[in-house]
Amino acid sequence: MIYNIPYIAVVTLVLIGLYAVIMKRNLIKIVIGITLIESGVNLFLITLAYREDSVAPIYHGSGMRLMSLPVPHALTLTSIVIGVAVLALMLSLIIHIYKHYGTLDAKEIGRKEE
Amino acid sequence: MNGFENILSDLLVHSPALIVAIPLLGAFLTPFFGKVHNTARNTFVLIIVLLTSFFSFLLVHDILVNGNIHTYVFGGGSALTSGGFAVRILFQVDGLNAFMAIIATLFAIVGVIYSWSFMKEHTGLSKYYTLYLLMIAGIFGMVLTGDMFNFFVFLEITSIASCALIAFYTNKGKAVDAGFKYIVVSATGALFVLFAIAILYGQYNALNIAVLASNIQFSFLDRIALVLLISGLAMKAGIVPMHMWLPDAYGRAPSSVTLLLIVATQASLYGALRMIFTLFGGQLSRSVNEVGGIEINVNLLIGAVLVGLAILTIFVGVLMALKESDFKRMIGFAAVAEIGYMILAIGAALTIMFSVNDLETSRLALNGGIFHIFNDALDVGLLFLVAGAVYYATKETSLNRLGGLARNMKYTTVFFLIGLLAVAGMPPMNGFSSKLIIYQSTFLVNPILSIIAILCSILLLAVFVKVFYSAFLGPKQAKYEKVKEAPKSMLVAMAIVAGIILFIGLFPDIFISNVVEPATRALVNSGEYIQYIMGVI
Amino acid sequence: MLDQLSQLLNSLTTNSGFWNPLVWGLAIIIAFLIIYILRGYGKKDYKKGTEQAKVFLSGNPEYEKEKMHVKSSNVYWGFMESLKWLYNVLDKMHTGNVSDYILWFVVIMGIFFIILGVI
Repeated sequence: MIYNIPYIAVVTLVLIGLYAVIMKRNLIKIVIGITLIESGVNLFLITLAYREDSVAPIYHGSGMRLMSLPVPHALTLTSIVIGVAVLALMLSLIIHIYKHYGTLDAKEIGRKEE
Repeated sequence: MNGFENILSDLLVHSPALIVAIPLLGAFLTPFFGKVHNTARNTFVLIIVLLTSFFSFLLVHDILVNGNIHTYVFGGGSALTSGGFAVRILFQVDGLNAFMAIIATLFAIVGVIYSWSFMKEHTGLSKYYTLYLLMIAGIFGMVLTGDMFNFFVFLEITSIASCALIAFYTNKGKAVDAGFKYIVVSATGALFVLFAIAILYGQYNALNIAVLASNIQFSFLDRIALVLLISGLAMKAGIVPMHMWLPDAYGRAPSSVTLLLIVATQASLYGALRMIFTLFGGQLSRSVNEVGGIEINVNLLIGAVLVGLAILTIFVGVLMALKESDFKRMIGFAAVAEIGYMILAIGAALTIMFSVNDLETSRLALNGGIFHIFNDALDVGLLFLVAGAVYYATKETSLNRLGGLARNMKYTTVFFLIGLLAVAGMPPMNGFSSKLIIYQSTFLVNPILSIIAILCSILLLAVFVKVFYSAFLGPKQAKYEKVKEAPKSMLVAMAIVAGIILFIGLFPDIFISNVVEPATRALVNSGEYIQYIMGVI
Repeated sequence: MLDQLSQLLNSLTTNSGFWNPLVWGLAIIIAFLIIYILRGYGKKDYKKGTEQAKVFLSGNPEYEKEKMHVKSSNVYWGFMESLKWLYNVLDKMHTGNVSDYILWFVVIMGIFFIILGVI
């Protein structure tokens, strides 16, 4: 049971992130929701790397034991960098939107015609 | 002569990597040329795009004429690491990839020629061209890759570059708002695709599409991965009811950006097709045990869902387009309806893919669907270029205030007429060929589908006749007295697209048998794709 | 010779025969020629500038040309009015709120999941 806790945490993070994106009206809260989803997916990628009774893949001084591949860690690093770029882009767009419309409410910005 | 052929064959081996690397390098060198002089930078961008298209045509010619599949492993060597794990990055190019690469190459050239004079009066053009080349590199990477995580990375590169380009007009709030909506939708869809890739990696220890396809079984986790992949990529492709970002993004971006955005949308659609047909290709004939003891084949299930979504897409797209009065938003809704046609043909082909006496019909439907990808990009692209030319000349986007433009902009009117006839499916244009194949093949599956498709095609004609009447025909308006014809480079770009429309419309058989048939064959025989890697291993 | 002709004519293979676009284009050009010739048979003896050449609008006065142009929102008025119930539903669906876009995504993912995963 204790080995399932990371998976439960992943699902919780993704669901809280989706709740924030769907139900909140402030644009910054929507951005925070997307960041939460991204954190959940990154956690999921790292959790998949562990095999039972395995050790880090360093040959020297560990004997012939089962080793776990570091591939998902590389995927997670790439994904974190992509997430940072998307977050920076979204926040800079929010600064422009606030300057032009004066409000950060997603419902009011939706049908503005200017 | 022998040395020249040796050089060409060496370049052919390296061409998948060069097609992605050259625009990437060009994108980072563009600001340096921008500091020197504007024309130097424009020429540099055009040279980069022409060089990329040379390599692309080399690769495509070899694949379509000789029927090979090209594989390029980054770093050389075999496709597996030394322990036997299929995690190396590789590009695998077969018939379907070559087809999408033709589309991407053509629109990259047309887009750069068009934006030469469309964007001339704006500032910040170095950033524009840098992002444009990055978007081209991202689209090529998405289309040529054979590795799942690599597909995700290029998907994100394309969406980040296109979001920044959509929000190009930062002096008003509309375009920035459209860019924000695009990036939220895009990031969510891509994150769910990454979730599915992680599920598949955790089960099979492989990221390579061919290796995954040969090991995959249809367990519960695999079904979750299939659902996430199809939903995420369908949202990026603009299928109703997840289509609402599409008119906003297409309508408020500069017209040359919209041209490449159409290709990026269709590359996401290609991704969905690759996942369904190749990744889960071996499992499509398996029958699933339903609730209540009924056994249904997987391909029937997915095909029925796709056909249902397609009918909804065609209806909603056409009905919303009839109501709009903004020029580019209306063409955006028509683009949504056209994507519905592609999904209709492919879904209908999927439902009857394995029944013995309907094999020819399913091949015909796939031919129609894949041919329609190319035709739709050409037609809707031409309409967006005309909308851009009208905006450049009159600075007006709302159709309520336009009128009588045919007196001053003669060539633009002719191009719009060609685009109108092509979208509605009139005979000498290419839209007729692909739509006729779609009507006939879906009629053999179920007559109602074909009736709905023809009806909505007529409504689409009604949409564009309304645009033609209110923007181009009509009496002379006083405020448009001094409107001049569009500049030369925009006319050249529109002429290239219109010329290809007429050429494919008059001789469709050459195109279908040489370009579309290999793509359909590659899609249906997933075994060939898998065997190429597994046979080498 | 007949064989080559039928080979040329069946050039768009959709199992139905005569769908060659060159033949269609030729037919359209010939139709336009016939229409042009028929138009030439019209009357040429009318008096310009008098009541014979003015526009007839069921007795309504004719405004200046610029105001007579029908605006594009009003072109399909009859169609929109008769389908008003449908357009109300569609308008309420397309709000422009970005949270609603993701809501539809989750709904479709849920429907897919029930169809493919559970059943």
